[in-house]
Amino acid sequence: MNQLQNFTKGFFRENPILVLVLGACPALATTSSCFNGLGMGLATTFVLLGSNVVISLLSGVIPDKVRIPAFIVIIASFVTIVDLVMQAYVPELYEKLGIFIPLIVVNCIVLGRAEAFASKNSIYPALIDGLGMGLGFTMALGILGAIREILGSGSLFGYKFIPGDGILVFILAPGAFIVLGYMIAFVFKMRKA
Amino acid sequence: MEYVLIIISAVLINNVVLAQFLGVCPFLGVSNKVNTAVGMAGAVTFVMVLATIATYLIQTYILDKLGIGFMQTITFILVIASLVQMVEIILKKISQPLYQALGIFLPLITTNCAVLGTAILVIKKHFNLLEGVVYGASTAIGFGIALIILAGIREHLELVNVPGAMKGVPVSLVIAGILALAFMGFTGIVK
Repeated sequence: MNQLQNFTKGFFRENPILVLVLGACPALATTSSCFNGLGMGLATTFVLLGSNVVISLLSGVIPDKVRIPAFIVIIASFVTIVDLVMQAYVPELYEKLGIFIPLIVVNCIVLGRAEAFASKNSIYPALIDGLGMGLGFTMALGILGAIREILGSGSLFGYKFIPGDGILVFILAPGAFIVLGYMIAFVFKMRKA
Repeated sequence: MEYVLIIISAVLINNVVLAQFLGVCPFLGVSNKVNTAVGMAGAVTFVMVLATIATYLIQTYILDKLGIGFMQTITFILVIASLVQMVEIILKKISQPLYQALGIFLPLITTNCAVLGTAILVIKKHFNLLEGVVYGASTAIGFGIALIILAGIREHLELVNVPGAMKGVPVSLVIAGILALAFMGFTGIVK
């Protein structure tokens, strides 16, 4: 597989949310607006990138039997870095994403890529894989957030272009489930066609 | 009275899956059959109560005492992972029937964000130990209720002709959305 394919697989063929349906919790919880969704996606991308690189460098050193706990510690360290950096520099976004920043550590995508890809490949492909998967995740969150924001409040990135109140339910919890359900169905249909 | 409020709020109003989006993966993954859903709900309740107690004690007596609150994420996930492993080993030794019922779900629970999420929320909300335990248990019950309802609906769904692209995950998500809408009706019971 060449590096371009390795990079783009996260966007379409193996999109973490829309195809593999991993990491649905943050995808549903943080996408009440497009901006929050993108922020969550980028935070996850950073963790994915960092953990993929470190795990691929250490894959020869970590004994096979304790690899999962070791991966979790590496991932948790990067999550702590993101947590502290966001708290310091983007406090508003940090407040909105709340508990879901520390919860990146149990996001199945991060551990999944560590186990399935980074631990078996050298640093360069692992880096590309982390970047592609992370940005694919960000893209899906951005689209989900944009749809919910447009339907729910008639605005995008806070800029209101549809007058009126919008359909409030799309900003609330039920809207997240319903929009994601239809998005996955749409992607499935596209892939089959 | 305070405890009653915590229970009602955690089970119905701020339902862990349908309002807070914690534990959506197992919610979609093991909701095919009512029997497995009941097993998973039992395992989660068991682990969540133990995890809440363990993480609360560690936060209060180790992290806060030493002033290393930033180690929270790393410590909690390791504690939960080892706790799950320990529960699995102990169950295997002392109760075979219980192990057979809950055993296969235990490894899945480590990456269940509801457990870590509840542990962190208990600290964030400044509960004391007893409130934390009540909160943990009722969150787990809320998770169980949502899971079992969805499993019940999905069992009936087998008999229905679902359009090709909607089969599996998408239709479950839409049903979960409608369930969430129903649960929103509880908002306002507790001020």
